[in-house]
Amino acid sequence: MPTLTIDGRTVHADHGTFLLAACRKAGIEVPTLCEHPAVEPYGGCRLCVVDVTRPEWDGWSKMVVACLFPVEDGIVVHTRSERVMETRKVVLDLLLARCPETPLIRDLAAAHGIVATSFVTNPEPTDCILCGLCTRVCDTMGMSAISSVDRGAGREIAPPFRAPPPACVGCLACAEICPTGFIKFETGTRKRRIWDKDFDMLRCPRCGRSHITAAQADFFAGRGGVPRSYFEICDHCKRAELAATAMRLAGQPATPARQG
Amino acid sequence: MRIESLEQFGAAVAAAREARSAKGREVWVCCGTGCLANGSKAVADAFGAQIVSGGLATTLGLYHKSTGCHGFCERGPLVVIQPEGLLYTKVGVGDVPEVLEKTVGKGEVIPRLLYKDPATKQAIAKYDDIPFYKHQIRVSMRNIGRVDPANLDDALAHGAYAGLARALSGMTPDQVIAEIEASGLRGRGGAGFATARKWKSCRKAGGDRKFVLCNGDEGDPGAFKDRSIMEGDPHSVLEGMIIGAYAIGAHEGYLYVRDEYPLAVVNLQKALADARQRGLLGANILGSGFDFDLRISRGGGAFVCGESSALMRSIEGRTGEPRAKYVHASDKGLFDLPTNLNNVETWADVGAIIANGGAWFAGWGTKKSKGTKAFSLVGKVKNTGLIELPMGTTLRHIIYDIGGGILKDRPFKAVQTGGPSGGCLPADRLDLPVDYEILADNGSMMGSGGMIVMDDRTCMVDVAKYFLKFLSEESCGKCVPCREGLKQMLCIFEDLCTGRGKAGDIERSERLGRAMQLGSLCELGKSAANPVLSTLRYFRAEYESHIDLKACPAGMCRDLTAYEIVSEPCTGCHQCVKVCPTEAISGKARQKHVIDPAKCISCGACFDVCPEDCIRFIPKKEQEAAHAHADD
Ligand SMILES: Cc1cc2nc3c(=O)[nH]c(=O)nc-3n(C[C@H](O)[C@H](O)[C@H](O)COP(=O)(O)O)c2cc1C
Ligand code: SF4
Ligand code: SF4
Ligand code: FES
Repeated sequence: MPTLTIDGRTVHADHGTFLLAACRKAGIEVPTLCEHPAVEPYGGCRLCVVDVTRPEWDGWSKMVVACLFPVEDGIVVHTRSERVMETRKVVLDLLLARCPETPLIRDLAAAHGIVATSFVTNPEPTDCILCGLCTRVCDTMGMSAISSVDRGAGREIAPPFRAPPPACVGCLACAEICPTGFIKFETGTRKRRIWDKDFDMLRCPRCGRSHITAAQADFFAGRGGVPRSYFEICDHCKRAELAATAMRLAGQPATPARQG
Repeated sequence: MRIESLEQFGAAVAAAREARSAKGREVWVCCGTGCLANGSKAVADAFGAQIVSGGLATTLGLYHKSTGCHGFCERGPLVVIQPEGLLYTKVGVGDVPEVLEKTVGKGEVIPRLLYKDPATKQAIAKYDDIPFYKHQIRVSMRNIGRVDPANLDDALAHGAYAGLARALSGMTPDQVIAEIEASGLRGRGGAGFATARKWKSCRKAGGDRKFVLCNGDEGDPGAFKDRSIMEGDPHSVLEGMIIGAYAIGAHEGYLYVRDEYPLAVVNLQKALADARQRGLLGANILGSGFDFDLRISRGGGAFVCGESSALMRSIEGRTGEPRAKYVHASDKGLFDLPTNLNNVETWADVGAIIANGGAWFAGWGTKKSKGTKAFSLVGKVKNTGLIELPMGTTLRHIIYDIGGGILKDRPFKAVQTGGPSGGCLPADRLDLPVDYEILADNGSMMGSGGMIVMDDRTCMVDVAKYFLKFLSEESCGKCVPCREGLKQMLCIFEDLCTGRGKAGDIERSERLGRAMQLGSLCELGKSAANPVLSTLRYFRAEYESHIDLKACPAGMCRDLTAYEIVSEPCTGCHQCVKVCPTEAISGKARQKHVIDPAKCISCGACFDVCPEDCIRFIPKKEQEAAHAHADD
């Protein structure tokens, strides 16, 4: 088990994990914007920068992002050195210029002592911080319906050709993971709309709740070889059924499924 | 015929040399991209046709060949007559009969076609006497301009694959690496990482599937050394890669070639096919039992694709975007397998080093930077082009002896080295020997060897803005400091150049620049502030003038500059009137002319043509104040 020192505390980290997990294990908070347990680390926001050194490096240290730096035995980490804090401040200052109206960014910037950006405020404020969580979760789910398009300052999250994405199944994973609520969608009992694409909703055959799009059920059934009917039952009912089976096996009467 | 052993290789080389010396005379026509653009293909064809129709191949033993770039494109099409070593410049199809009749037939020199030294105005006949070539020592470019890139036998006659033959004739992989280590070779693609160390760690990496890659992306604007090598001597790149693969224990490789380099792709493809056919590539190379093959991968078209992790993703068929890597490519690179990437020039050096020994290469250079290095010398110098020199050569020698000095003999102001994220060095650094550490210590870098020479008519704020603009367009946009930082930095510089700069802009740029250096994901963002920080280091007063006085000392920022004609020497020659794009200048013949400030767009065209030097520029604010005063 690699043992490291973070801000003076000794931490035993798990093999094959990244520094961020070790910091959290030690109860040390490191700000992050593009990290999420559901997806691979990315290193895009650069907010989780920390200083890493070793006793034998004679005071020399390197700045790395905690979300991607693999833990190593014997390293000494400083999460709040002067240049770390300064770099985070500039990053937040830049993000505040890009997203002047976004509560998440305003709060985080304020927590770092920045109430107004020292740069030029974006004349077209956006809530997208380009953290890439949405595209990564979409890749992870296997759809890859949306991606980042264009380079540099013109980079945006968009479906191919900025048209309704053919591969999108309307699962809402992107909208749910988006930390700023930038991805808009509408869900009714019969229809759902996201990325300008319309989907038919399926009703759970047990409780009647609309919980999944037909496209999503088809996609999962097609991928896993599991019958489509399995995905048509909503999670609540599936859980209730499971609980009922467990109870039955334990010889106890089942409680009726809760309506969600 | 396939070469199946080292003995057969020796015989093939001897045969190729023999065939070459049997021919008495040669006409070399440069068919690099630059000369092709100037019509050299037609010139080569004309030589070919007229040698045949005149029966010269038999009577004079004459033959012609197309070669790669001599590095002197602005004077093309270039033709070299051998064995005399005569160089003719700007040769047209119409000149061909005369060259054949007079020069080849009677040994007469045609003065009109000779190169004239811009410094001394003297005509120089011999290739090797021209200052541009005389001072060069060519290792990576050893055969460019000398061999026909489409002819493997010609390359063999000029020493190609001699290094490979030596490596496979009993040297162990470790001995090969030791030879590279002794040569002191460092990466020619940018960072200057020790090549032997990189190879060693990839050799040590586990697993039996490994890759060697060649970085031929060359995205720096204006750079063309890698293109010239790939086009003009593709076998040197192949040879280096085969040796590297042998040393590392790899059996597969890719040549990643920039998409805008179609001729390089064609020549490399031919070289690959020829090498495969002759047993220099593929299974059981030269009968040694070592297998290695190579494929070409066309570049993704973005500057950032030259960055190593982006390049590997691009070869994998994904978006060429950098990945944060705390794990080295030597362990997990292409397809997450051990991978070694080197630049085109680095690979081209390898064959010569193994053939001649590491000590031979290390005989040139400085303490930590050994051997020779290719540079593309451009900008305001008399001779521009591609050169190769020992490390440690001074900037002054490069600019004045090889470059022939500043155009129109104007004062030198700065030299920008290292590509878009390099830095600018002022006149008091001209005597610096060029090596990796010295350039870095002085706020610039070696990069891939770009050198842009600037005269006094250059605004350093504007120069920094130019590079910022390039980089902001090329940033992939994945990480915040680079994407948003470059955008904001560019805003500051646009303000500075248009008179909207304010107190604190310098400090803000410095603060932002430092955060970009520390916080960016890849080297593009980390080095993107260099143009700003290095010009601030040496030309701070110029920035202050833009902010405090709203004046551009070089007279290049149009919004800050006004032009006027001073009465004294103006002879009314009318030259300025002819070039002014907005008809802002008026005046009778032989009388003093005047510029109408309302029409003048401050382009400076008149300033550049006035033979009497009587046009001057002043800060626009001063002119406006004077006019306001006059109107009172
Ligand atoms: C934005 C960026 C662009 C680069 N472009 C190139 C390139 O065009 N050619 C190249 O050889 N190296 C380029 N590099 C450097 C490569 O990442 C890598 O260091 C190099 O190819 C290694 O080869 P060497 O050790 O032989 O120099 C670039 C680096 C960055 C950050
Ligand atoms: S849309 Fe949301 S999740 Fe996607 S990149 Fe923008 S902020 Fe991140
Ligand atoms: S530094 Fe620039 S080019 Fe590199 S990953 Fe970040 S945004 Fe992309
Ligand atoms: S959380 Fe590490 S870079 Fe964004």
